[in-house]
Order: sequence, then C-alpha cells, then structure tokens
Amino acid sequence: MSEIQDLEALSTQVRRDIVRMVHKVNSGHPGGSLGCTEFFVALFNKVMNLKDTFDMDGIGEDMFFLSNGHISPVYYSVLARRGYFPVAELSTFRLINSRLQGHPATHEGLPGIRIASGSLGQGMSVAIGAALAKKLNDDPHLIYSLHGDGELQEGQIWEAVMFAAGRKIDNLIATIDRNGQQIDGPTEEVMPLGDVKTKFEAFGWDVLSLEDGNNIEAVIRTLEAAKSRTGKGKPVAVIMETVMGNGVDFMMHTHAWHGKAPNDEQLEIALIQNPETLGDY
Amino acid sequence: MNKYTDQGKKDTRSGFGAGLAELGRTNPKVVALCADLVGSLKMDEFIAENPDRFFQVGIAEANMMGIAAGLTLGGYIPFTGTFANFSTGRVYDQIRQSIAYSEKNVKICASHAGVTLGEDGATHQILEDIGLMKMLPGMTVINPCDYNQTKAATLAIAKHQGPVYLRFGRPKVANFTPVDQEFEIGKALMLQEGTDVTILATGHLVWEALVAAENLANQGISAEVIDIHTIKPIDAEAIVSSAKKTGCVVSAEEHNYLGGLGESVARVLSMHHPTPQEFIATQDTFGESGTPEQLMEKYGLNTKAIERAVFKVIERKG
Repeated sequence: MSEIQDLEALSTQVRRDIVRMVHKVNSGHPGGSLGCTEFFVALFNKVMNLKDTFDMDGIGEDMFFLSNGHISPVYYSVLARRGYFPVAELSTFRLINSRLQGHPATHEGLPGIRIASGSLGQGMSVAIGAALAKKLNDDPHLIYSLHGDGELQEGQIWEAVMFAAGRKIDNLIATIDRNGQQIDGPTEEVMPLGDVKTKFEAFGWDVLSLEDGNNIEAVIRTLEAAKSRTGKGKPVAVIMETVMGNGVDFMMHTHAWHGKAPNDEQLEIALIQNPETLGDY
Repeated sequence: MNKYTDQGKKDTRSGFGAGLAELGRTNPKVVALCADLVGSLKMDEFIAENPDRFFQVGIAEANMMGIAAGLTLGGYIPFTGTFANFSTGRVYDQIRQSIAYSEKNVKICASHAGVTLGEDGATHQILEDIGLMKMLPGMTVINPCDYNQTKAATLAIAKHQGPVYLRFGRPKVANFTPVDQEFEIGKALMLQEGTDVTILATGHLVWEALVAAENLANQGISAEVIDIHTIKPIDAEAIVSSAKKTGCVVSAEEHNYLGGLGESVARVLSMHHPTPQEFIATQDTFGESGTPEQLMEKYGLNTKAIERAVFKVIERKG
C-alpha cells in the first residue's frame, strides 16, 4: 500500500475508535472529532517532527495544542495509535479513574497532553507561549494548534491573534476547523464569523485555505506548504474546511452530533461504513 | 518594645521589582510578562537588563495568562505582572484551566491589592482575590507585609515548583522586617511573643498589628503578633500553638472577611483548637475612592480597629 493508503486506513480505524468510545459511555463529541480525523492522522503521522518518547517540555520536537478540547476522542485515538499510550486504554474514555478525561488534561499524566483544554479560547495563547519558549531555547521546531471555528467567538482568541502577528510569532501554525457548526446551530446563524481568512490577514497573519480538510493528501499538502511559510516574520493560519461528522453519513452536515453519542443501531451503521483496518482496541 | 522598627517607608511593589531584577541576574529561566503596567509593577529594571526575557502583551490579561502557561513548556518560569484585580477575577478561568489544573509553574504577581490602591476606587480595589486564588487546587497564596519581605518572597517563589499567587500593594508603608530575613513559603513568622491574645496578620495589616501590640502593652495587654505571609498552605501548627497559649485570636487582613485569611484561620482553629476569633477585614463590601489612610480608617483596617478587636476577643475568653 502507498503511504496515503496507509494513512487513510488509519483514519478509518480512528473513526471506528471515535464512535466506539463515545457510544460506550453515551457521551462525548463525535461530530468535530470525525471532521478532524484526517488532520490529526496527517499531523501526528506525517507532518510533525516528533521524538520517540514524550516529555512535557518538548524540547527538540514539534508540539501540538488542541484548543477545542471537546474533540478529545480523535486526539486520544491518534495519540494511542501513534504509540503515546496503549491502544487498549481507549476503552477507559470518560470512565472513573481514567487518564482519558472528557476533555484533555495533564493532571492524570496522559502522555501527549501538555495543557488542559475544554474551556474554549485559551489554546492559542498557550501555543504562543510555547512558541516563545522555542525561540528562547533556539529550538527550530514548530508549534501547531487547532481551534474550532465557533471558538473564534471567544475574545481571548483575538488577543492572541493580535499578539502573534505583533510579535512575529512565525514558528506557529494555527489551524481553524471551519466546519461551520456549533452547538446551537450553524456558526453563521449563532454568531456570524464572516470571512475568517480576511480577518486573520487583517491582523497580519499569513493565511492558507484548505478547502477539503477531509482529504488526507490535501491536508498534508497544505500543512507542508504552511511549514514552508514559517520563519518569515508572520504567524501562519490554515483555514481548514471540514465536514462535521465526516465518514458517518447520518452524522454529516449537521450540528446534531456535536455532543451526542450514537445508540446501538447507529453504532452498527457507523462501523459498517468504517470497516476495521488496524484492529479495534 | 517592638524589636521591629520602621526602616523607612517603601512600597511592597518595589520589593517585587527589586526581587524580579535580582532573579533576572541570577536565574536565566525567569521570564516576565506585563499587561501595560510596567511602571506600576516596577518591572523596569528587569526589562532593561533582560529585554529578551520580557514580553509586553498589551491590555490583554487573558492572553498573558495563557502565554505564561505555554512558556513553562520549555523550562521557563514566567512571572506575570498586573494589578490584583486583573490578575485574578478578570482571568480566573484562564488561571484555573491553563495554569492551576494544568499544573504550570507560573508566578502570578499582583500589585495594587486592596483598598490601599486609593483614589482609583472600587473598580480597581479587589478585596476578593485571596479567596479566589486559595480555592484553586495546588495554588500557593502569599501576601507579604513590607518591601523586604516582598523582595524575599519574590526570590523564594522562583525556587518553588508550581503556581503561585503573590499579592502586594501600591502605597509606601513601613519597611520593618530585616533585609536578611529568610522567607520560607508556608512558615509563619513570629514577630512578637505574648500571652493574652494572638494577632494573626497578613500584608499591610502586619505593621498595623505591631503598632497595636505596642499600644496594648502600654495598657497592660501582652499581644502575640504572627505574620501569616503564606495564606495557602497555611501554617496550622503556628496558629494552633499560639491559640493554645493565648486563648483568643484576632485575624487582620486587607480583604473581605469572606474567603480571606480569617476564614482560613477559623477553619484551622475549629478543627484543632476552637478559639474565640475576631475578624479585621472588610465586611462584604466594595471599596471606594479616598486616600489609603482614610480608607483603612473607614473600613476598620488599622491599628485602632485591631486594638478594639483585641479588647472584644479577650472579653469573649470568659
């Protein structure tokens, strides 16, 4: 198989993990998780330069920060399947005494997680701090972050956007998951975000558009292009259009599955649409 | 006679500035951030000597707290600087999630706490910050009493692993602790031994307590004065052992009685040695404009108020 086919197979397995994790505890956020599956798979298995072992400081490797922490299922699945912790541990998602908290946390010591997230709007500031530390340490590695589009309604995001451009944080690649959905409905109805690309550009960012964020080749191509535009005095943003619930037909193109678990029948359909590729946990 | 005398009035925020400048010279991992209040926080010396380790974030305190959390992820020890109000209430959720819950080694340094901020009025006079911060799991809360102690505390928190809230003030007040007094986080400082009453004070109220003790001595009352510079973790042993000796306690702080030092003391005593206690603190109210002295008088936060509370609590011993 080609590398792309391998990554697609991994993506299919990750989608199975997501729906199974959420189904088991009848809670969690499958919609955004499924929509960002290709992004996470590409980032952790192709794009980022990572060390073999995890340490909190991340010196000498790229680092990633998930700002919209509710899509923890895709994060956990991809971390486990990248070897950060045993895949079997995915079965503990959201259970008592688990390291896999509902939203990502450092408190339980889960490898791969460097900051708690869930309360929205904070991750870009943290990513900027990590990017500043890289510069102080003369560490040429990059900082990646992911943000929901609805999250852009938080004021702190724009404080961070202003700082990153004003202070030339050019070792940061912030991706926006532009799926157009949030809990109460389409983003443009709940609180119109308008032209996100133009807004970031107006603040002084270098912005790339990724129109098919569920095509793994396109994701890799755009993130590699983003990499090539770091170190040039501007922070880099990727506006990534995805389909919420991607890969499970009845979850697609709606906000209904933002934070809702499938029932037994729905799980069965979702798993048929995403056949086992690498072995279930 | 007090063994402590005023060496000359100085502001505690300048003690922070001096401590930060010293850290700039001695600890290459210390970095500083400020939200458009460099002069007020006395950070100029650190910035002049370490321009690459200082980050001006503008009027964006939430962003500052997040950036500080991120900076720890390369081994740095960030010190954030802004007024106490903007260091706590304004950014509570950022501190809660990105710093406290994430167990990040950030030092939140907060000036202009309490009513002694003065004329700017209640919008800037936070009296709830100790309570807010001590409720956060893992947060250390320190409110030093004078210039020398604030400088020593600033140096000490750099060596402590974990988030810290360091609270200090705006006005020039008595500087009375020895310049070489060791600062041990969580260890109360016995300033004056006595037998009739224990005064447990923090921040600007410590000097007021010492003056009160001197006045009380002239009236035949032997007051023990203990500086509780660390409100969390609190030195329960020092509090209990003094309460056992004197049988009554006055707590004194420039903070609401709800959530402050007094409540921490009451918890310790109620668990280990129930003791009559009077609270010198603001009475669940906001502040207002005025000079620091006028406000301390109006809100019952000075020597006279402490003396009145001492007489009252001694009565209650029965």
